[in-house]
Amino acid sequence: MYRYDEFDHRLVNERVAQFRRQVARRLDGELTEDQFKPLRLMNGLYLQLHAYMLRVNVPYGVLSTRQLRKLAMIARRYDRDYGHFTTRQNIQYNWVSLEDTPDILAALAEVEMTAMQSSGNCVRNITADQYAGRAADELEDPRVWCELIRQYSLLNPEFAYLPRKFKIAVTGSPNDRAAVAVHDIGLRMHHDDNGRAGFEVLVGGGQGRTPVIGRTIRDWIEPEHILSYIEAILRVYNLYGRRDNIYKARIKILVNALGIDKFRELVETEWAALRGGELTIPEEEIERIERYFAPPAWETLFDQGEAMRAQAAAEPEFGAWLEANTAAHKAPGYMIVNLSLKATGHEPGDLDADRMDRVADLADRFSLGELRVSHRQNLVFADVRQQDALELWRALRELGLATPNIGKLTDMIACPGLDYCALANARSIPVAQDISRHFTAVDKLHAIGDLTINISGCMNACGHHHVGNIGILGVDKQGQEFFQLTLGGASDQHAALGDRLGRALPQAEVPAAIERIVDCYLDLRAADETFLDTYRRVGIKPFKAAVYDDTAEVRRVA
Amino acid sequence: MALVKNGELVNDPFRDVTGADTIPPDGAVLVSLEQWQDHCHSLQRRPDPVGVLLESDQHPEIIADDLDQIAVVALAFPTFRDGRAYSYARLLRERYGFTGELRAVGDVLLEQLHYMQRCGFDAFQLDGEDPARDFAIAQSDFSVWYQPASDGRLSALRLRHRRV
Repeated sequence: MYRYDEFDHRLVNERVAQFRRQVARRLDGELTEDQFKPLRLMNGLYLQLHAYMLRVNVPYGVLSTRQLRKLAMIARRYDRDYGHFTTRQNIQYNWVSLEDTPDILAALAEVEMTAMQSSGNCVRNITADQYAGRAADELEDPRVWCELIRQYSLLNPEFAYLPRKFKIAVTGSPNDRAAVAVHDIGLRMHHDDNGRAGFEVLVGGGQGRTPVIGRTIRDWIEPEHILSYIEAILRVYNLYGRRDNIYKARIKILVNALGIDKFRELVETEWAALRGGELTIPEEEIERIERYFAPPAWETLFDQGEAMRAQAAAEPEFGAWLEANTAAHKAPGYMIVNLSLKATGHEPGDLDADRMDRVADLADRFSLGELRVSHRQNLVFADVRQQDALELWRALRELGLATPNIGKLTDMIACPGLDYCALANARSIPVAQDISRHFTAVDKLHAIGDLTINISGCMNACGHHHVGNIGILGVDKQGQEFFQLTLGGASDQHAALGDRLGRALPQAEVPAAIERIVDCYLDLRAADETFLDTYRRVGIKPFKAAVYDDTAEVRRVA
Repeated sequence: MALVKNGELVNDPFRDVTGADTIPPDGAVLVSLEQWQDHCHSLQRRPDPVGVLLESDQHPEIIADDLDQIAVVALAFPTFRDGRAYSYARLLRERYGFTGELRAVGDVLLEQLHYMQRCGFDAFQLDGEDPARDFAIAQSDFSVWYQPASDGRLSALRLRHRRV
């Protein structure tokens, strides 16, 4: 992974000192809360319902075990013994105090981490495929480019006061696990006929109140030009994005208002002036960054598929885990292992400090001292020897991190919701807990197959409900929490926004409604169709009938 | 309100007449874009220097051809959250070749000075008890920068490959 050199260390330490001064100025009353707010936000500090929340960047989801142990220490010393992994591959602490934050940032700086720009109207943490550099289906390692963009965007003087926040995601695989189409800029790496890498650039995707699937502004750009092209987009957005209404300020609104062709024309004109300039990435810098992400010294191993299948036959629980929670690695004899943070009844994405330490120990032992955070709020060991699978599974099961549900119905994304968040209309976590308690049978989960459920506590859509195969949105109806379902959303290379199913349901009826939707799919599916395949073939009607006709009947009977 | 230029507290020789009905016949003046456009010829004939104030929705491209006649371009920050002038400043310096005084006016706060300076501003209209001290504080925050901007500082990237 990337390691700081003297420049990176110096910059981060200077930033911590600067924030220490800003906090002191705030505590002295030299800065008003209004003046302080953007400063604390650009250091990741939010004021939530009950306390300050600190959001710490995990750049493109890559963590060393040393960093994870530091995160555990921070959870213990400054928070309530846990942290929450987010859809932007970050970690949030929900109970920190303002006075402690400079010390927390200093502790993070010791392990080359920051909370810089994890909030604010600036370029946020760059996110990527959690399997980057390891997935068998990958063309290019996106982390190299993420790191270059990270440095370019950090404390960028021109773009610290954009109209609104700005999110960039990169995938190097044709199977998009980074949801790039719902980012302000999404980058997809491709190969040309000569095998040379380049980027397809998507712009104007996003969720929130006005969900939009990003559109391709340029289908090919050479890698050395990616920073100047991003600068052209950011500059056009900074100059012309709306600033009169925060709900209309994201780049997607500008792109929609101008139309993609006009927007492209502005960007291309700007880029023509920037192209070939100071932002062109020199070959030696690309090589320098690439060295940090060079493949580790994998052992020469043989594929253990057969041995694992035999183990799975003897131990079906292990088999279910193997089927759901592991993915193909590019090196023979290795595998990618997901740690599910979605155990039955658990808050999605939360992990306590003790288990952080235990996970770090396991990653040292089984995965070369490194792990990943996924945007679906799970952890990943990216370099596990297949011969260790059974032993690792047993260790993870003991920690409650081997629930065999990755990609399945109970692997839900959920925002913190009204339990923490000042914006929420409804509590997301209890809904997720209800659903996960309703669907505990592994056989059924696996029979249903791949199906994503995403839950947001309000229309700001932090829980990505628009792009869940089943989306659940918390709404407020005369002070009561209700939940609006959508079907058919997807965030992969065939990204789509979900369609609204019908009237919102009270919390108690949500798990049963999900069950009806699922049963309807199981009735209708042909051959090996996924839920999404079936939905796309048959449309929303049968699902509507399954949920509402039936509930209406139940109501009449009751 | 005080003016800090190149780090020093200075007297502002420019009289702000942007709201005035008439422009005085002599002395250095700061005018609005509309005044500049309406009185371009008479303003250019003045012996004393002229500055033009641009609001945050006035793109400096409008005056790009006049820049050799303009001593000061003042860019307005109606609120510190309005970041358009950072881009305007870079364009003025890097694209339109403006070498005169680039002045930040409006909601200009200590915490933003560093970014402004990096984008090419060299003069700042500041409130506060000790604006020169504020400027010095803002200048001392950082000694390393990731991006090239308008201030000529070498980015970390350039320094990394220079030392090899």
